[in-house]
Amino acid sequence: MSRAGSPWRRLGTLLSTLIALTVPIALLILAPWWLLCALLLLLALWFAATRAGQQSWSVAQIGILTMPQRLGSSLVVVIGIAGVVAVLVAVLAMAAGFEATLKQTGTDDTVIVMRAGAQTELNSVLDHDSAILVSQLPQVQRTAGGQPMASPELVVVASLPKKSTGTDANVELRGVGERAWELRPALRITAGRKFQPGLRELVAGKGARAQFAGMDLGSTLKLNGQSWTVVGAFESGDAYDSEIWGDADSVGPTYRRGSSTTSVTVRLSDAGALEAFKAALASDPRLKVDAKTTRQYYSDQSADLSHFIRILGITVGSIMAIGAVFGALNSMYAAVAARTREIATMRAIGFRGVPVIVSVLLETMLLALLGGAIGAGLSWSIFNHYTASTLGSNFSQVVFAFEVTPLLLWTGLKWALAIGFIGGLFPALRAARAPVTAGLREL
Amino acid sequence: MKYLHLIWGAMFRRKTRTIFTLLSVLAAFLLFGLLDSVRSAFANAGGSVAGVDRLVTVSKISFTLSLPKSLLARIEAVPGVSQVSYANWFGGIYQDPKNFFANEAVAPNYLDLYPEWRISAVQREAFRNTRTGAVVGERLANKYHWKLGDKVPLQATIFPQKSGSNTWAFDLVGIYREIDPKQKDQEDQLFFNWDYFDEARAFGNGNVGWYTTRVADRNAAGQVAQAIDALSENSDHETKTQTEQAFNASLVSQFADVGLIVGAIMGAVFFTLVLLTGNTMAQAVRERIPELAVLKTIGFSNRSVLTLVLAESVLLIVLGGAAGLLLAGIVVSAISSSIGSMLPMIPVGAEIWLRGLGLMVLIGLIVGALPARRGMRLRIVDALAGR
Repeated sequence: MSRAGSPWRRLGTLLSTLIALTVPIALLILAPWWLLCALLLLLALWFAATRAGQQSWSVAQIGILTMPQRLGSSLVVVIGIAGVVAVLVAVLAMAAGFEATLKQTGTDDTVIVMRAGAQTELNSVLDHDSAILVSQLPQVQRTAGGQPMASPELVVVASLPKKSTGTDANVELRGVGERAWELRPALRITAGRKFQPGLRELVAGKGARAQFAGMDLGSTLKLNGQSWTVVGAFESGDAYDSEIWGDADSVGPTYRRGSSTTSVTVRLSDAGALEAFKAALASDPRLKVDAKTTRQYYSDQSADLSHFIRILGITVGSIMAIGAVFGALNSMYAAVAARTREIATMRAIGFRGVPVIVSVLLETMLLALLGGAIGAGLSWSIFNHYTASTLGSNFSQVVFAFEVTPLLLWTGLKWALAIGFIGGLFPALRAARAPVTAGLREL
Repeated sequence: MKYLHLIWGAMFRRKTRTIFTLLSVLAAFLLFGLLDSVRSAFANAGGSVAGVDRLVTVSKISFTLSLPKSLLARIEAVPGVSQVSYANWFGGIYQDPKNFFANEAVAPNYLDLYPEWRISAVQREAFRNTRTGAVVGERLANKYHWKLGDKVPLQATIFPQKSGSNTWAFDLVGIYREIDPKQKDQEDQLFFNWDYFDEARAFGNGNVGWYTTRVADRNAAGQVAQAIDALSENSDHETKTQTEQAFNASLVSQFADVGLIVGAIMGAVFFTLVLLTGNTMAQAVRERIPELAVLKTIGFSNRSVLTLVLAESVLLIVLGGAAGLLLAGIVVSAISSSIGSMLPMIPVGAEIWLRGLGLMVLIGLIVGALPARRGMRLRIVDALAGR
């Protein structure tokens, strides 16, 4: 018997080594790209410059060139790892897309003021007087005409039929003041025109138009028995795309809100004025409000959900990775077994253990890299800019696009390399350790 | 069955390989168990049998808009209605916004509409008689270690008190239990008295969030719903009435298409699994060709060789899969007691096991098909000669 020890004991050693391996693997996963590039460079130098390196390179070449003979088991490594990376990257891309959509919605120089304690605009109520008081504070920027750069806004929810299913879903209807457009410079009208103040007219965001029926220009929507006309379409590349906008003074009566609003968004005269602005709000006994920069507000909205999706993705990815590691182990043990005689011959004529280990590891990691690239590429081609929607914190649909960022692709590749490393290391060690004589006798 | 030891022996011919394969099958079915538990929880949100005789009436333009309380008497008068209650979403926060759970102000008879929530008569009475009383589900109480008599403070996000304070304190007077183990997330709720809420809140007084109606005959639910909606037709507070099932299902479907996401992940997992174990089985059979030839020589028919190989691959998957589902069961119960309402999950019960076992057998057959056919078609002479 060339393989000593009971399989159970070997499994025990394997598991304990696996646990000991988690540290370098974690380092690999967390390592920045330049560190890995440096390592790769060192490896190339080693191949080129040292004797052991040159030996390893030639042994590795044999392994790589004979790969097609072991097509089946090589494919198992590639596809197993491709599956893990594809799922991981897709789920993380969902989190990244959601986060990006909300984060880029806010800016640092605009501030949203809501009733104290309210986490979201939907939960907030500000009466007309409070809204005026907030706008009049000295820290608020003024237009050339001396008007405060402030937009009292009323966020409500309308239940409208979805295009895809025909069932009702919630869309956020934002009644805005006349300065709203200047407060969101990224937003532009792509078709039709802005609504006219005082009329029951709406403009619809790109995401809302894609999701909900009846958003075409000129069509009318029934809200609480009143007809509203869609007169324009807008696009801003952020969370506002999921909304429809109308005049706050028209939306209020329809929703029986009178002249109250849910929030006031203002632009400060300079970004450093936030503390002074907050202090002014706190010192006025007539106001019970909280203020945040809009960037902070929208980041808070995305934090919980994207964190949750990330944990989900990493959990699913890890479980799949465990499965893939065992698949790779099986394949590489088989690959090493098929080359037992060849490896024994090489060692008999003077090759040392290290080149053998390096060559098997290199072979596995190459297969893993290929798998990782296929998985990441698959994820990218299917899911990049794939649009989805979920219920945001204002109880209405937030449309966002998956974002398969280069960073995520890189993460996927690192996972692939880590799986390949574990999957190749043990078979490599066995190949290097097996007694030469037994190997030569093997059929 | 009498060949079990033969199949067993063949399976563990190469112990390391078989154990590795078992472990990757285990990982795949662990994932299946977890994801199917989540998927079923979302699917069940609209599928509870208990809610079938209850209707939910909300504002037609959006369920976030309130309805006048004057509708109560008119809904009660609709033929076919046996009991009406009402409630309002409170949205309070306990200590930290991350500790999310539903909390609602409810009319005195609200709990009567939910016979599946078991609560003792004494506690039910105490809830009616304590102005600042609250009842919570058992799972929620366990999570925050609340006992009867505790004071539970909530920070209002929507409704400040008239005094301007955002803090509402409730006395815990009752704990209820949901009888359906699949609906345990119904226990992640806190209810408190309507009268306290309506008198103390700073605005919105006299309006209710939604009406819940029990119908006398569940088959007539459709007509009753239409009759309720007809009450407010063309008024400025038109309503939309659905069964509680349909209401929950539409709410859940707005989160995301969970079925699609889970389906895509499972597709990737099982595709990989089939390939992986398929390769192992092919290897195993390839190595054993001489043995299979011997079996045939001593009289095993083509058919029994086919069955032997198929049985081996099915057994391999079922062993690994069953271990995976067992593990999934343990993980699910650990998760639902620790993070609770964050991710709805149902216990890994008969339904998931049945689906899982079906999948195991199916995958086992797919994986074994090619190697088994190879074993069956084997010609003894060639195989023994090593050709």
